[in-house]
Amino acid sequence: MNTTPTRGQVEITAVRKSFGGTEVLKGVSLTVPPGGVAVIVGPSGSGKSTLLRTINHLEKVDGGYITIDGQLVGYEVRGNKLHELREKDILKQRTDIGMVFQNFNLFPHLTALENVAEAPVVALRPDGRQRRSKAEARERALELLDRVGLKDRAHAYPRQLSGGQQQRVAIARALALDPKILLFDEPTSALDPELVNEVLDVIRELATSGTTLIIVTHEMGFARDVADTVVFMDQGQIVEQGRPEEIFSNPREPRTRTFFSKVIEPAFNI
Amino acid sequence: MSSAATTVAQSAHQPAPEPAPASAETATPAEPVPANADYSSYKLVPARHPWRWVGTVLVALGVAAMAWSLVSNPRWEWGVVAQWFTAQSVVNGLIETLKLTAISGALGFVLGFILALMRLSASPLLVSVSWTFSWIFRSTPLLVQMLLWYNLGYLYEKISLGIPFTDVRFFEVQTTTLVSQFAAAVLGLTLNQAAYSAEIIRGGILSVDQGQLEAAAALGIPAWRRSTRIVLPQAMRAILPTAFNEIIGLVKGTSIVYVLAYSELFYTVQVIYNRTQQVLPLLLVATLWYVVITSVLSVLQYYIERHYSKGAVRNLPLTPLQKARKFLATHAVTNVRNQG
Repeated sequence: MNTTPTRGQVEITAVRKSFGGTEVLKGVSLTVPPGGVAVIVGPSGSGKSTLLRTINHLEKVDGGYITIDGQLVGYEVRGNKLHELREKDILKQRTDIGMVFQNFNLFPHLTALENVAEAPVVALRPDGRQRRSKAEARERALELLDRVGLKDRAHAYPRQLSGGQQQRVAIARALALDPKILLFDEPTSALDPELVNEVLDVIRELATSGTTLIIVTHEMGFARDVADTVVFMDQGQIVEQGRPEEIFSNPREPRTRTFFSKVIEPAFNI
Repeated sequence: MSSAATTVAQSAHQPAPEPAPASAETATPAEPVPANADYSSYKLVPARHPWRWVGTVLVALGVAAMAWSLVSNPRWEWGVVAQWFTAQSVVNGLIETLKLTAISGALGFVLGFILALMRLSASPLLVSVSWTFSWIFRSTPLLVQMLLWYNLGYLYEKISLGIPFTDVRFFEVQTTTLVSQFAAAVLGLTLNQAAYSAEIIRGGILSVDQGQLEAAAALGIPAWRRSTRIVLPQAMRAILPTAFNEIIGLVKGTSIVYVLAYSELFYTVQVIYNRTQQVLPLLLVATLWYVVITSVLSVLQYYIERHYSKGAVRNLPLTPLQKARKFLATHAVTNVRNQG
């Protein structure tokens, strides 16, 4: 798409979150412009996945707030307080935010096509947008499966597909609601090495489509290729962020430097 | 049969490749022994299991002996069994048994589902009410529960609907007219069944991966649809085997209703043999009917489980009918081949 994207601006402001006694997000702020591609990297336990999950309110924040195109996620302002929305309204908001999980989480008792066509038929949309009819949803689902290269596997059950194919179905499923934003939570971490690229290729194609992408990954080569912004997180904080060429070849913070020196093998460090 | 035929076929084939190693042994220096012997033209012979055959024969003999005793011993009085098997009174009793099973089974599982949801809810009150219900009904004998329900009129003479702690009554009724034998039976069986099925359904729901709910929630799928379309169909795989156990138990459990002198199958049969003194043949009549019901339920279970295993296995195994058809088809072909 050549038009400048106008929707899908994500603004995360001073978000805090604790599990038990441990604070996993210590006041994180991040802005991703419409159509932007932000890749979040960092050691495990740094809070990357938790941050991602707060964006569609799968994880409630303990402090701070998140807006998408200026609208609060999961809360509404009443007086001078933020009241949590009813579940129905949260579900509506989520239809604008697609999510792809590390373990695919496809519905195993539904075919690839049924997996993709389920939500558009039953999920309520915000702003009084219409749900799709069954026939429309199936047609659109077939288009999407075609786009991820799996049209001929539309009637297969997830267990009959390889990991890479399952993740591509999961991406098609996330796209079925035409979301403004797509969240990827380590989309290739559960895949055999030879299957990683077929999934990354699909994401690469999406990166130019105008949808805002926020990706948590350990694939540094891919991050360098696809990201507008690389965000390095450690111990619940954003340590450093910037354009990939800057941050990979010339990190300012010592923690960033140590991390990259561990994860990037010299052979791939072109 | 087929294995005997293949054995013959194999031994007929075997001599053909034999000469190769034989000639190798008597080889002259002009014909050197090959460094790597080539077995690619050899036929594979499966290992024999003689003890399996011995076991099979022994068990077959035992089964035959039992069958023979059933047929030849006149005291089983098969004539009497046949005479009463489809008698009107017995069939009426059978219908009552089926009615009790269907009603208490259905109500029990519906109530069990509600109790399971209560138990999984975030409200401590709902959790403890559900837990207490299961605790009470699982820890008292069904027989006692049944008698208690039937004698409810002794404990509470009248049952009324009104506003608590006031004198306002919308209606009031004698307990004994409200709780008939049938009502007491259904009440007892249903509540007892609910306590057990609640646990079964809860176990089934817990067996579904949390990621499924997360994915559904992330897609904005509404809560009710999430339970019915995503969680329950997957939970069914864990629920069904135990649930059918319960239903089959319930079919036979209804016989306990005889203490209320309710004329279901077992009570009917008792009444008849008290009159005719043909105790064993009539018990056999009841038993055979229970076997018939259970068999039908087992077949039903097989197909329902198969339905819910869609996607859980890579390829569905064949049903016994499909297997039989396939066996007949391929078997006919091999027979022809062996003869030809």
